[in-house]
Amino acid sequence: MAVAERKTDIGPPDFHQFLAPIIKKNYGKWAYHEIPEPGVMVHVAESGDKLYTVRAGTPRLLSIVTIRAFADLADTYCDGYLRWTSRHNVEFLLTKKENIEPLKADLHKMGFPVGGTGNSISSIVHTQGWVHCHSSATDASGVVKSIMDELYPHFVNMDLPAKLRIAFACCLNMCGAVHCSDISVLGLHRKPPRIDHENLPKLCEIPTLVSSCPTGAIRPATWEGDPSVEVDESQCMFCGNCYTVCPAMQINNAETDGISIWVGGKVSNARHTPMFSKLVIPFIPNNPPRWPEVVEAVVNIVNVYAKHARKHERVGEWIERIGWPQFFKLTGIPFTKYHIDDFKHAGETYMRTTQLRH
Amino acid sequence: MSEKKRATPLLDELKKGPWPSFVREIEKSAETNAMARDTLGQVERSYEDKISHWKHGGLVGVMGYGGGIIGRYSDLPEEYPEVAAFHTYRVNQPSGWFYTSDILRTLCDIWERHGSGLTNMHGSTGDIIFLGSKTEELEPCFRDLTEHGFDLGGSGSDVRTPSACVGPARCEWACYDTLDACNDITHTYQDELHRPAFPYKFKFKFSGCPNDCVASIARSDMSVIGVWKDNIQIDQEKVREYAANGTDIEHEVCQMCPTQCMAWDGTKLTIDNANCVKCMHCINVMPKALRPGKERGATILIGAKAPIIGGALLATVFVPFLEMKPPYDDIKELAEAIWDFWGEYGKNRERVGEFIQRVGLGNFLEEIGLDPIPEMVAHPRTNPYIFFEDELEEEEDA
Ligand code: SF4
Ligand code: SF4
Ligand code: SF4
Ligand code: SF4
Repeated sequence: MAVAERKTDIGPPDFHQFLAPIIKKNYGKWAYHEIPEPGVMVHVAESGDKLYTVRAGTPRLLSIVTIRAFADLADTYCDGYLRWTSRHNVEFLLTKKENIEPLKADLHKMGFPVGGTGNSISSIVHTQGWVHCHSSATDASGVVKSIMDELYPHFVNMDLPAKLRIAFACCLNMCGAVHCSDISVLGLHRKPPRIDHENLPKLCEIPTLVSSCPTGAIRPATWEGDPSVEVDESQCMFCGNCYTVCPAMQINNAETDGISIWVGGKVSNARHTPMFSKLVIPFIPNNPPRWPEVVEAVVNIVNVYAKHARKHERVGEWIERIGWPQFFKLTGIPFTKYHIDDFKHAGETYMRTTQLRH
Repeated sequence: MSEKKRATPLLDELKKGPWPSFVREIEKSAETNAMARDTLGQVERSYEDKISHWKHGGLVGVMGYGGGIIGRYSDLPEEYPEVAAFHTYRVNQPSGWFYTSDILRTLCDIWERHGSGLTNMHGSTGDIIFLGSKTEELEPCFRDLTEHGFDLGGSGSDVRTPSACVGPARCEWACYDTLDACNDITHTYQDELHRPAFPYKFKFKFSGCPNDCVASIARSDMSVIGVWKDNIQIDQEKVREYAANGTDIEHEVCQMCPTQCMAWDGTKLTIDNANCVKCMHCINVMPKALRPGKERGATILIGAKAPIIGGALLATVFVPFLEMKPPYDDIKELAEAIWDFWGEYGKNRERVGEFIQRVGLGNFLEEIGLDPIPEMVAHPRTNPYIFFEDELEEEEDA
């Protein structure tokens, strides 16, 4: 049998082939949408056509067993058309209104909650953690699961002042928009890397390693006559960048790694311009399997926000109105010296919004 | 193969509660897949030890590509031999994450043949993530993917897999075709995507309006955000309908407008469009009554990033308004001009945003041939340390 020629650089498949006929027909001609109930949207086209979307939360980590089950649901209820959102939710794209209820019932049976629309808490954008990453200061999926178990009512209802976006990252690399979310949960290392001098010359290029350190804490050195490096520990801010470049710089530490919490960021340009998340809890130790202290801290912030914010106000906008001292008072979170920034902050004078007069 | 499922009392705790459980997902694959079974075992071990048991992979990949696969190894290979090598594929998603049931089944079948059966839908950058493959399966899996029309995404110091919001496929607010732009740019830059040649990663993200559902202003080196130039389209009848149905237009809409450019007299909504900054708030609150204007395009912003290495940055306005028509030559010219300058002078692992801070936005603009305009800054400089160039001396001589 002739072996097919090896293909490269073909790029992603053209999305058009995966669009439902109703979408092809009304592409770019949608008039408005409504959210008749949590997790269900109806988009009405200028032609009068109606597209119903049913959105369900997922754990992001999915077995092909589940993906096939989603495919079967899509065949049963919406001619096989579905998509995912940027926040790991799966969306079924229906043309028959009467299919909404049975689809919801099936999703419920499978254990996937319908919700995440409007003024709710959508799925937590998150990272790999102990399931797959080398530099994680904590697990990702387990913390996210524990938090979402408690915030579940806010996913399946739309009972908050505005939408609330939570992001999680297990180290400072922050895969995901952790630096600009309403609430961010971030894994942190707190000790300098431990150097495996023996293996370092075999595993790593020393000049690359030295230049990988943002604070210049790493210098070339010799160890028992062999080339290696040394770390000026007073300059290290535990970013783990060296470990990503060189596996002989172990940054993970079971005793001292843990979690920090940040609030008040946003990416949308609606009302207030985009904002960074700010530190509110510098450190909570890892407490697997369910991280109760982290869950409690997040739930507390959500509750205080839900009680005090005005309609349409995102967390950061609410805090800006009431001021940070009041935020710390209302939440009961202690303010420490770690809350005060001591890193460089350049470039704040650049325009960082699309809010322009055209 | 580790025949028996190891006891996982800690992970079992994470099967409780109403939110769908990742542990159950791993278990579903573990019923038939030994790699998934050892994943479960090793993750339980991490829960006991409170530490990751993965090692950063050396160079692994498929022939001719420098990116798209993340090398990963267990640091407990004797105990969990099936995941001794457990590499990740980034499979470039279709624009907007649209699928049919058939294409999903095709992907599942490919992944059943070659790996753990575990995925992320999707990774943070937007790719379909195939989680956990042995080294010897990399090339066969790649071949299987390309034969079914899929290709790898980016990793390392290259163009990373671009992503786009749902755009005109379903959203009435899309001011340009995000899906097409994303698809076009991705196909144009296959070489830059697969063969790392930059100082560090370069991300494109396409949002159809300033709501920025793909977080492009926070996460992409080139952020393309849809916007309009003319007047917001108002249906006064529908505005009155919202008012009748309980929307407090004065407080919820007019007073929350960032430039206070709206007025409501109880029957008519007026907008001083010259002072509207296109923030989307009023449109978000009353989608049936208000719509973006008709003269549509995008704002191009450059240089956002997460903190690694030099601190987090939001993107900076470079082009306030650009028409977004295929083949998107303006965007491509801008991206290529940036790559030329940053590619030559950027330091290893220095993102474009950091590079701009180091050389100064003014110098950067000059190098890439863009004129400075006031839209690029929140305000002019406040410090007097101006590095005047030679022209001053020449004037004195004249
Ligand atoms: S945030 Fe850090 S530890 Fe987590 S997946 Fe990304 S690089 Fe790995
Ligand atoms: S952890 Fe970061 S700051 Fe510390 S030595 Fe490594 S690269 Fe430098
Ligand atoms: S960014 Fe704007 S156009 Fe795109 S999906 Fe979000 S609201 Fe719609
Ligand atoms: S889009 Fe924003 S700035 Fe423009 S009128 Fe509406 S609320 Fe005001």
